[in-house]
Amino acid sequence: MAETLSSSPKIWQHRNRNQQLLSWLIWLLGTALFVVCWQKVSESTTWFFVWDAPRIAADIGSRMIPPRWSYINELWEPLWDTLNIATIGTMMAIVMAVPVAFLAARNTTPSTRFVRPIALLIIVSSRSINSLIWSLLLVSIIGPGVVAGIVAISLRSIGFIAKLLYEAIEEIDKNQVEAVTAAGGSRLQVLVYGIVPQILPAFAGISVFRWDINIRESTVLGLVGAGGIGLQLNASLNVLAWPQVTLILILILLAVIFSEWVSAKVRHAII
Amino acid sequence: MNKTQSKPENAGNTCQTSANPARTWSPPPFIENPTLRWGLLLGLAIYLFLSIGSLDVNWNRIYEGLDRGAKFIFGFMNPNFAGRWTDISEGMIESLVMTVTSTALGIAISIPIGFGAARNLAPLPVYLFCRGVIALSRSFQEIIVAILFVAIFGFGPLAGVLTLSFATIGFLSKLLAEDIESIDKSQAEAVQATGSKWWQWLNYGIQPQIMPRLIGLSLYRLDINFRESAVVGLVGAGGIGATLNTAFDRYEYDTAAAILILIIGIVMLSEYISGYIRKGVQ
Repeated sequence: MAETLSSSPKIWQHRNRNQQLLSWLIWLLGTALFVVCWQKVSESTTWFFVWDAPRIAADIGSRMIPPRWSYINELWEPLWDTLNIATIGTMMAIVMAVPVAFLAARNTTPSTRFVRPIALLIIVSSRSINSLIWSLLLVSIIGPGVVAGIVAISLRSIGFIAKLLYEAIEEIDKNQVEAVTAAGGSRLQVLVYGIVPQILPAFAGISVFRWDINIRESTVLGLVGAGGIGLQLNASLNVLAWPQVTLILILILLAVIFSEWVSAKVRHAII
Repeated sequence: MNKTQSKPENAGNTCQTSANPARTWSPPPFIENPTLRWGLLLGLAIYLFLSIGSLDVNWNRIYEGLDRGAKFIFGFMNPNFAGRWTDISEGMIESLVMTVTSTALGIAISIPIGFGAARNLAPLPVYLFCRGVIALSRSFQEIIVAILFVAIFGFGPLAGVLTLSFATIGFLSKLLAEDIESIDKSQAEAVQATGSKWWQWLNYGIQPQIMPRLIGLSLYRLDINFRESAVVGLVGAGGIGATLNTAFDRYEYDTAAAILILIIGIVMLSEYISGYIRKGVQ
């Protein structure tokens, strides 16, 4: 911020000249990049379909209403499967993520040089790959079904839970750990009495938060064959049964609202 | 998780409030209300019993699959980049192109909606409208939106770009609106007191306060959009997903592993770069 307080009649500017030039340069490069990318997208687009889109959208919209309410009787079981995929998947993820988090946190890891990078690699691999891709992989390995969905959800959640948990472990109050150590606590006792009570609220919050996300994600895993309500969605889409699609989308919406309500309640109770 | 009994050496620790010196100390339970605590545990046990009972596990199929699992892990050790390099590179470039385009479009749309969804700036009708758009965008998974957009706009990356832009709105506008709602009012008031016009007030009173967070969130969203661009391809909305799907369908695990390694590598790289930029901004 270079405000000129000299006697010159210069007007105040937010940035000095170099900052101004830099900012223009960044904007120029960004815009150029966007234009190039847009051109590539545009090249591989059939614009005829796009101009036709409003008509198609109106057509699909009119087919989607009203939803086929009687179809709901076939949806209770997939909905139960979806809940199971999310819940059991989250539990399995927690079991695997907790040790990874302790190995990844700087203040609890046995070795910063050897163990920590491995734990961090596990976390980043799990996080970078979407649960749909994990299910694609697992469906191809262990076959379609609910189990593939559960394993996919748990593999995807390890990274998320472990990352947030290890950050919570690194931010604990050192005095409490020191106090337990000074009282003659063993390494295990320091962990149980010094560290765990401090991260327990964060841990519960993270788990419920991830469960909430997993409910959302498990509704679509069926699209690649991993069980749950997505299977019905896929089947209905394949035969263009739009009234059924509408009903499924409404159910998914309700499931999402329900899980968000539960997670908000629990987190409110903890904090 | 709190059933850890105290050790005998803690018995002498009678500085607790207990009147009886012989009582041993144990840590307070996480959930204080005992009815709620045991009720939750019981509910959990019943739920687990029911849900695991309803699981239909085909152990034979899983046993047969172990072979393929081993093949996949082996593929991860020896990823095959060269075999289908043209497909992989085309898909990757398309994914990156979609990421850039959709993030830019998404940010451009998110900023006005974010301002509209901040209660301290917008009048009630605008506020409700913008919050409605955000809720709509947050409710559905990218893949469902992608299916609808592919049906409407046809196959190709445009459907993917629109999907990701739409998803960006829900994420960015919501967090941006929360940030705007918690700005320091005195700064905005000071600018207003100098007799500024409305846009000058936005530009000098509010924008500088939210800029660091906006840049941070945009970079974070860039990461997410790249990861999601790998997924929307599964339903024909362009990007690396289609190539990945084909690789899995043909059991070419070495090619699939190569693609996954590339995705992980790019995500790691972009996380590193965005962390660096965020540090510079804040």
